[in-house]
Amino acid sequence: MRPDPIGEARRQIEICNACRYCEGYCAVFPAITVQKSFADGDIVQLANLCHNCRGCYYACQYVPPHEFALNLPAALAEARLESWERFAWPGGLARLFQRSGGAVALALGLGVALLFAAIRAFGTGEGEGFYALLGHSAMVAIFLPAFLLPLLALGVGLRRYWREVGGAPLRLADLRAALKNAASLRNLGGGQGQGCNFEAGDRFSDRRRRLHQAALYGFLLCFAATASATVMLYIFGLEAPYGFLTPPKLLGVPGGLLLAAGSGGLLWLKRKTPKELGAPSAWSAENAFSALLFFVAVSGLALYALGGTVAEAALLALHLGGVAALFLLTPYSKMAHGFYRLAALARDAQRVRAGAGDRPG
Amino acid sequence: MGGLRDLAREDWDILVVGGGNAALCAALTAAEAGARVLILEAAPKVYRGGNSRHTRNFRCMHSGPLSVLTDRYGEDEYYDDLIRVTGGETDPNLARMTIRASEECLPWMEARGVRFQPSLSGTLSLSRTNAFFLGGGKALVNAYYNSAEDLGVGVAYEAEVTHVALSGDAFSHLSVRQGDEAAEIGAKAVVLASGGFQSDIDWLARAWGPAARNFLIRGTPYNRGVVLRDMLDQGARSVGDPTQCHAVAIDGRAPKFDGGIVTRLDCVPFSIVVNAEGDRFYDEGEDVWPKRYAIWGRLVAGQPGQVAYSIIDAKAMDLFMPSVFPPERAETVEALGAKLGLAGAKLAATVAAFNAACRDGPFAPTELDGRGTEGLSPPKTNWARPINTPPYYGYQLRPGVTFTYLGLQVSDAARVQGAAGPLRNVWAAGEIMAGSILGKGYLAGFGMTIGTVFGRIAGREAARHAA
Ligand SMILES: Cc1cc2nc3c(=O)[nH]c(=O)nc-3n(C[C@H](O)[C@H](O)[C@H](O)COP(=O)(O)OP(=O)(O)OC[C@H]3O[C@@H](n4cnc5c(N)ncnc54)[C@H](O)[C@@H]3O)c2cc1C
Ligand code: SF4
Ligand code: SF4
Repeated sequence: MRPDPIGEARRQIEICNACRYCEGYCAVFPAITVQKSFADGDIVQLANLCHNCRGCYYACQYVPPHEFALNLPAALAEARLESWERFAWPGGLARLFQRSGGAVALALGLGVALLFAAIRAFGTGEGEGFYALLGHSAMVAIFLPAFLLPLLALGVGLRRYWREVGGAPLRLADLRAALKNAASLRNLGGGQGQGCNFEAGDRFSDRRRRLHQAALYGFLLCFAATASATVMLYIFGLEAPYGFLTPPKLLGVPGGLLLAAGSGGLLWLKRKTPKELGAPSAWSAENAFSALLFFVAVSGLALYALGGTVAEAALLALHLGGVAALFLLTPYSKMAHGFYRLAALARDAQRVRAGAGDRPG
Repeated sequence: MGGLRDLAREDWDILVVGGGNAALCAALTAAEAGARVLILEAAPKVYRGGNSRHTRNFRCMHSGPLSVLTDRYGEDEYYDDLIRVTGGETDPNLARMTIRASEECLPWMEARGVRFQPSLSGTLSLSRTNAFFLGGGKALVNAYYNSAEDLGVGVAYEAEVTHVALSGDAFSHLSVRQGDEAAEIGAKAVVLASGGFQSDIDWLARAWGPAARNFLIRGTPYNRGVVLRDMLDQGARSVGDPTQCHAVAIDGRAPKFDGGIVTRLDCVPFSIVVNAEGDRFYDEGEDVWPKRYAIWGRLVAGQPGQVAYSIIDAKAMDLFMPSVFPPERAETVEALGAKLGLAGAKLAATVAAFNAACRDGPFAPTELDGRGTEGLSPPKTNWARPINTPPYYGYQLRPGVTFTYLGLQVSDAARVQGAAGPLRNVWAAGEIMAGSILGKGYLAGFGMTIGTVFGRIAGREAARHAA
């Protein structure tokens, strides 16, 4: 890694601004060309807008060994990583979980151990299904903070982000534009829907976008399944386990399958892509994060399939341990990228709305 | 792909010399017609594609909206544009044929993976006439190499062709060098698409004079004219002025080779330009920049040390696209002069004289505003606003060579002409024969048009011969 990620990204962005050949690939270049000089906050915004599709690397006539040494996907990845670490609260945690796959694995291990211990200590034998293994109050005691604390931390990080990039008060239209953009992952489409240059060198492929969609929508379905279960329990007093034709299962099973396919597929794709077009120091942690998602998905599906068997207690501990680790790591791991990305897209929507041509290019 | 010796043992129909746009268009066309084709590219893989990898668009005739091109751009208008820049030094038949053929190039290119984008920000004036490549020329080159690979075309990198062996009016084989290895590779036909000679600085200096040693080369260092020289030595007929090259004024801090588009400087019309002595030497406001862009290379080349300095003030800073190198900057003209290595007092006197000759009037950066100096020699005939708003900025300018004009004469079927008439199985495409059409001047986007049109013709004719 270069010593000063923001400075290195700025150096490269200024070259791109004099060139502009890649203007049609993604949202980053149109945001570059309306400016002549770039403050740190501008660089951070551009870095978070970049989806690392790598189109601009393969199209660049200045890649090393050329003395201009362009590798914009990597430069922006490093600047992005640095910004997440700076915005995270508390910051040290992000430095750990963004860079060390071992730390992510350890977090998973701790989560699982915690759940085993909780089941041993609080398994009441009363209630039905899971609640016989781990009582209501224990469940709430673990997962309420595991859900709320990361949200709080994320909120702090996003606020810092917004301030640094000079965001205006958020309008609904900005958010809508950002969500629409994220929903289609337009910036992984190469500008014309041909896909990105992740695993096939200078050929375009839509695999990464599809797999990421699977992971994203799978995750959202799983989340919706959990939310619906919460509603069923606390509003309607209906206790788990739920049958197949109930919202938690109708959402959760396809969600789990999608999440497993998406995260597993992304892990597999990643083995075929050159490390040096991303942030090499985040490599192991990114892989560990995808593996964690895969673990959560598969253990959840297994729990459903083997519920009521002798394996149930162990599977419950594994799955819930994974979920706890995933939630708690959200502000500090690759998981945070989705939130910063949304913020960057919303900020970009503001820029576009304010009139792209307001500064001479 | 194996080493050169392995390649030499294979049975090729067509060898293509060079790995840029013209070479690829020829190779694709020939391979699609069923020929076994081998591309010999002197550059390593990361630098494959010659000057084509630095391009951004090609000029395309169209009778109605076509892909990203708006409105229409007819044959006569296109031809008139060409005549205007070449001052008539063009072969009307070849030129009109090229222009007409450009229209069907665009869909042909798209079908082989090239993608187009609307004209880039800052280049609106070209949105009707020039189709821009998504990602620029290197993305185009990548798309063609992938299409070639899918067709089974062989590619050897770092494979420099040193000699084209002819016996009588026929080609027999090429001498090729790859690192320490050398081999002779034979085939039924050859397409020469190895560009101009501008990167052979000694040749440039012999042709132009010693001043050429101070020129910067905007594109690939691999276009050294080895094959062109070899063919001329064997009596091939040439076209184009052997002493001339197309040169523009670029940022003087650009690398010696391969600086490409980002070293371009568009500030001249809003500046005054002085030489190393601090004197002005030409009307900076003669015409809008796209029309005067090309003469400034030559103008700067005529100054002592082949260097000049463009001086602006804060008012002008936002009127042109940023360059890759930040300008020198100072609060006074004297201090700026010192930073640029000029005599500060002299520069200040030149600026003062210019400022005193400026007149009031409306200033319109994108059109000829007629706001000229009075009683100044040489005058500045448009955009003459006093340079009096600090901070002051200065850029060093040097000539940057785009290409050379000397080339092989070809027929309308891209066939190379030997001393005693057309060669039987040698075709040429791209910069190496562009002098047949473009004897002088340059029309933005026409280089890629020539390469695409003639590359396709050469590929077709060579494949027909080999069949
Ligand atoms: C900075 C820049 C920007 C430009 N922008 C545009 C533009 O936007 N539009 C446009 O139309 N034109 C543009 N041009 C001009 C354009 O680049 C050329 O007209 C065009 O690329 C010529 O194509 P070509 O295939 O003949 O040559 P090249 O693309 O230069 O290819 C020549 C190939 O031959 C190889 N070669 C050379 N010698 C040997 C040898 N002895 N053996 C084997 N291989 C050899 C080289 O490595 C190279 O691959 C630009 C030029 C420059 C320098
Ligand atoms: S990545 Fe390279 S080709 Fe693309 S805009 Fe930047 S400098 Fe130009
Ligand atoms: S990697 Fe892709 S998304 Fe990022 S700047 Fe380059 S083209 Fe845009």
